[in-house]
Amino acid sequence: MSVTVAHAHPEHRPVLDRLGRVLEPYLYTAPAVILIVAVMLVPLVLGISYAFRDIRLLNPFSGGFVGLEHFQALAKDRAFLGALKNTLWWTGASVFLQFVLGLILALLLDKPFRGRGLAQALVFLPWAVPSFLSGLNWAWLFNPVVGPIPHWLTALGLMGEPSNILSDPNLAMWGPIIANVWWGIPFFAITMLAALQAIPRDLYEAAAIDGANGFQRFLSITLPFLAPTMAITILLRTVWISNFADLIIVMTNGGPADRTQIVASYIFTQAFRRLDFGYASAIALVLLILLLVYSMLIVLLRQAMLRRG
Amino acid sequence: MRKKRLGLTIAHRLAILAYIVVALFPLFWLLKVSVTPNELLYSEGVRLWPSSTTFQHFSFVLVHSDFPRFFKNSVIVSGGTAIIVTILASLAGYALSRFTFRAKYWIVALMLLTQMFPLVMLVAPIFKMLSPLGLTNSLTGLIIVYVAFNVPFATFLMQSFFDGIPKDLEEAAMIDGATRFMAFRQIILPLTLPGIAATLGFVFTAAWSELLFALMLISGNQAATFPVGLLSFVSKFSVDFGQMMAAGVLALIPACLFFLLIQRYLVQGLTAGAVKG
Repeated sequence: MSVTVAHAHPEHRPVLDRLGRVLEPYLYTAPAVILIVAVMLVPLVLGISYAFRDIRLLNPFSGGFVGLEHFQALAKDRAFLGALKNTLWWTGASVFLQFVLGLILALLLDKPFRGRGLAQALVFLPWAVPSFLSGLNWAWLFNPVVGPIPHWLTALGLMGEPSNILSDPNLAMWGPIIANVWWGIPFFAITMLAALQAIPRDLYEAAAIDGANGFQRFLSITLPFLAPTMAITILLRTVWISNFADLIIVMTNGGPADRTQIVASYIFTQAFRRLDFGYASAIALVLLILLLVYSMLIVLLRQAMLRRG
Repeated sequence: MRKKRLGLTIAHRLAILAYIVVALFPLFWLLKVSVTPNELLYSEGVRLWPSSTTFQHFSFVLVHSDFPRFFKNSVIVSGGTAIIVTILASLAGYALSRFTFRAKYWIVALMLLTQMFPLVMLVAPIFKMLSPLGLTNSLTGLIIVYVAFNVPFATFLMQSFFDGIPKDLEEAAMIDGATRFMAFRQIILPLTLPGIAATLGFVFTAAWSELLFALMLISGNQAATFPVGLLSFVSKFSVDFGQMMAAGVLALIPACLFFLLIQRYLVQGLTAGAVKG
């Protein structure tokens, strides 16, 4: 079939050619979009439906619709309520420490000095360490058999005898948090450094000529310029870290006595160890709703601030 | 005044040094235990360097364990994922950078959505979907999952690199008779080589580090990736610290190599990602 219909279009392009031009962007994007829909969007919808069904891998008779049963069980599940609290603690402490230490590092690296390239490569190295390995590495450092940390703490008098903080219910959460801070400082530092380097240098010179000291320059130039990057990085990182279960799975597996269990690791434990996909999906749905609420609050807060400002 | 400046400089260098020490110490300890002979491990305690070193843990891990296979599996999965993602993301990123079309808004929204929700939600449904297709316990299945997870961020990253290249270049080529795809392949792609290298590096490291989906989808040693193999080794032989840390050092090598290659582009690349994704 030949398609050589001349067209009344001012450019006199054949129909096929025009069709090709309309379709072109879709041809470029189709492979990525199809894959994302098949491997992320479809499972997301399926997962939401699992939350209302009884799906246990080891029970071939499961699969039926159970309505809100999982959610009623969740409301009474002490491990889940504890996990909610632990998630706040884990996320808050990790983000705060990563941000403060990352910002300080970015400020230290902002001005050129001899050996800056090398120093930068070395301090950013933890970011390249695979998360499972940084979890194991820190678990070993906290282990009194091969790690130095318990012995140092004992020598400083902070610990009665060398013991593993990961098996102490009151201290265990600090293990994954410290590993997470070590691993995540470079991310904040890199982002802040990029924002710092985008600040026009002549602003500082002008301020210095006007007699502003270093601290004043930081308050009235650096901070206002960094604020948008800080806000967006903290917000995105908060969501990301609250979902980040790798370190906890590797270091404590949620223990001792669920004291380090966060919601994300609880979902994984339910799905992976108990193979209870229905219950895991119900927890996941609750987490999704909480994250949505968080994002909405941020959007509202931002609008309120814009209106005031 | 000069004295104060000198003091500030020294404080600055000391602070940098403190960061470097903290950043490197855990990795140093990993290396130290991996070369410490077993008989010295317990007797010498927290000494910074053992009085004699050995490569026996490395040779054990390389010869008598499954780690070479885990390593190979991880290289196949991470390398395959990185290459496929970079191709898909270049195409999609180019379209987002150069065309205005009706569905663009929805495609960007879809990709942003995938960055927002917790991936751990998908562990159960993806297992249920892949298992009847025979894609659990298979490297192919893992690659498919990892490609989908990494494509959105990589697309935004590639888009930001294409945005930095003037449109006139391919327009000139198209006036000379090249199709757009030819112009894209022969003119634009070579100019984005640094961006392509950065994307390859980011995706390779991300796939190399992925743990949860690998744990869920892979059982047994045959198709285990490095993290899965290392974790099962740790839970089985949890007293052979030297061997575990030797394996850990091996897991570190590819990630560090890629890091050294791409670290020049880090500041540039992550800003693009942070602003858009």
